[in-house]
Amino acid sequence: MNDWPSERLILEAGRADRRYWGDLWRYRELFFILAWRDVALRYKQTVIGLAWAFVRPFMTMVVFTVIFGHIAKLPTEGTAPYAVLVLAGLLPWTLVSSIFSDGANSVLGNSQLVSKVYFPRLIIPLAPVIVGLIDFVVSLVILFGVMAWYGMAPGWHILLLPVFIALAVLVAIGPAMWAAATIVKYRDFRFVIPFVIQIGLYVSPVGFSAKIVPPGWQLLYSLNPMVGVIDGFRWAILGGESPLFLPGFALSLVVTAGMLWLGIRTFRHTERGFADVI
Amino acid sequence: MSDTVIRATGLGKKFLIGHNVEYSAMLGEAAVRRARNMVRRAADMLCGRALIEADEIEEYWALRDVDFEVRRGEVVSIIGHNGAGKTTLLKILSRILEPTTGRVELSGRVASLLEIGTGFHPELTGRENIFLNGAILGMRRHEVLAKFNQIVDFSGVEKFIDTPLKRYSVGMYARLAFSVAAHLETEILFVDEVLAVGDAEFQKRCLDRMSEVANAGRSVLFVSHNLAAAAALTRRGIVLKSGRLIFDGPIDGALAQYTASLEKGKIERSWGRGEHSAIVSADLLDANGLPTTTYVPGTPFNLQVEVETSTLPGLSLEFLLRDANSLPVGFYSSNTFSEVALPSMPGRYSCTLALKPLFLASGDYSFDLTTNSMTIVVDHKVTNAISFRVAASNPSTIAYDFKQSLGNGVIALQLATPLVIEPSRQGRAA
Repeated sequence: MNDWPSERLILEAGRADRRYWGDLWRYRELFFILAWRDVALRYKQTVIGLAWAFVRPFMTMVVFTVIFGHIAKLPTEGTAPYAVLVLAGLLPWTLVSSIFSDGANSVLGNSQLVSKVYFPRLIIPLAPVIVGLIDFVVSLVILFGVMAWYGMAPGWHILLLPVFIALAVLVAIGPAMWAAATIVKYRDFRFVIPFVIQIGLYVSPVGFSAKIVPPGWQLLYSLNPMVGVIDGFRWAILGGESPLFLPGFALSLVVTAGMLWLGIRTFRHTERGFADVI
Repeated sequence: MSDTVIRATGLGKKFLIGHNVEYSAMLGEAAVRRARNMVRRAADMLCGRALIEADEIEEYWALRDVDFEVRRGEVVSIIGHNGAGKTTLLKILSRILEPTTGRVELSGRVASLLEIGTGFHPELTGRENIFLNGAILGMRRHEVLAKFNQIVDFSGVEKFIDTPLKRYSVGMYARLAFSVAAHLETEILFVDEVLAVGDAEFQKRCLDRMSEVANAGRSVLFVSHNLAAAAALTRRGIVLKSGRLIFDGPIDGALAQYTASLEKGKIERSWGRGEHSAIVSADLLDANGLPTTTYVPGTPFNLQVEVETSTLPGLSLEFLLRDANSLPVGFYSSNTFSEVALPSMPGRYSCTLALKPLFLASGDYSFDLTTNSMTIVVDHKVTNAISFRVAASNPSTIAYDFKQSLGNGVIALQLATPLVIEPSRQGRAA
């Protein structure tokens, strides 16, 4: 209890709270408990429970492999089996899209808390990160299973996978925070989010390789930060088969940082008025 | 170190509220209005303003120029009518709302209970909800762990602690929720109306717990409609009226001020007068003889009416109790039931009626008051002279609420002796 400050706290209109980030740290237990709640509730009263975390990505992988690999006959990268290519794109995509969509609706979904107690609101859109990561780890098992099925062993590149996972989380939380803050005021965006995710699935190289985009367009294509994330994943998983397009990757990083800044800024600016409008 | 833990200066909070202009039946006009509203909302969004679903927008100050200080260990009641700004004040102090004007200085760890069971989730078990709710109220995990057994004991639901909350009765839910809240240990505590739950026995336990907290040297700000609780728990009272602080001082003075403002409200209402008499004011009284708008079933039912009479003899004072649907449910006439008439000496009289306790269903009620002359001619009639609410009605000890809306009438029939069920003699014969 000692790290709870007993210093003076001043509340005033428009006053920036210097202690905000300290508060965020102090409320870390609430963050974990909200995340734990979301995890605990996710598969309540389902028959197969956590198995859903296996079934969904597996079925999507099968469908994408058949449609993009066998019917559309898109090229894979190097000699990698198409199913592995798809999974290496699908995993980060699922992680990002679930954090984004859960995060975007999170503040509105917790309106009861927002209007009754104080805590740094930033906790709310961040809690879905944990839920997304847990599902991600489960589906990682499928990836390694499929790789073993094809007799593939990951190279040293796989050690850098955590870096790309962190990047995927960063790509997701910027827009998630922005959308969460905006939806509180303008619920129109609730209808926009599923649409954005649907479009995102097709404009991101999930079911196909980013290499099929003509070289002249690569840099422009990398404005979509998912391109950097998925390329990174494929590089880490497929190793030398999928070289990283560095200028594009750097551009993705810049876009991600920009979205993160915008997300935090928007959220912090509107946060104090949440209880007025929710 | 200064001894002031809360200092509010010039505190104000403005809300924008919307009104709908009268609806027109003309389809064209409605369409035009809708289109205009849509354009206005789009413009609001582009400028980053909040959206308000209405045709006209008005500024409304829920709180205006409020100044006060609270010292360490002080327990203060905030009283006022509905909409006086009590909850807004607590929400600003607990950092949920941002003040529009003024500032607040707080020193010490703050916890606020604007409702109990905030964040409770029906799918989670009682145990899980204790941890969830504790964290939401700002308790650390080790604090909750250390007090876990106390919390469960206090709530009295240990048998169901691993049952999902959705299987709990309303009463069990409230008990569990209050128990978590009761074990908060912060230097400053804000409490809003949380005592209005549970059965009488549990309410008493909550009050005891509140006075324990108050005696432990912590500062408590306490909002309540329950004047008896306010008087029992606190020595200082702040009265709010239409967002302004109108009194700050000893609790007796605050209660008097509050009651006076209630009475003033009555007189402003002007009930007119009859030819020979006038009903001036009428109140339902609580156990302390203070006007109230709530009645607890099974407690003494005291009414006080002020009447002015003239020289006409044999005037009867009559009461008609109506339920929320305005259906008559009870009647009293001073002439016919008590063989007492209003005095024929001109003057103002105060009539006190102590009715036997009634076990009324929960819901809203009102009394119509009339003075009748001997010839059964209504002299002065005041409809809805007294309106009151029964917040909860529980004739048994299990958690249950006997509501008007159940359609089983408005009176819970009570037994004089315990229910007897035994094998029937006739049944045995056959």
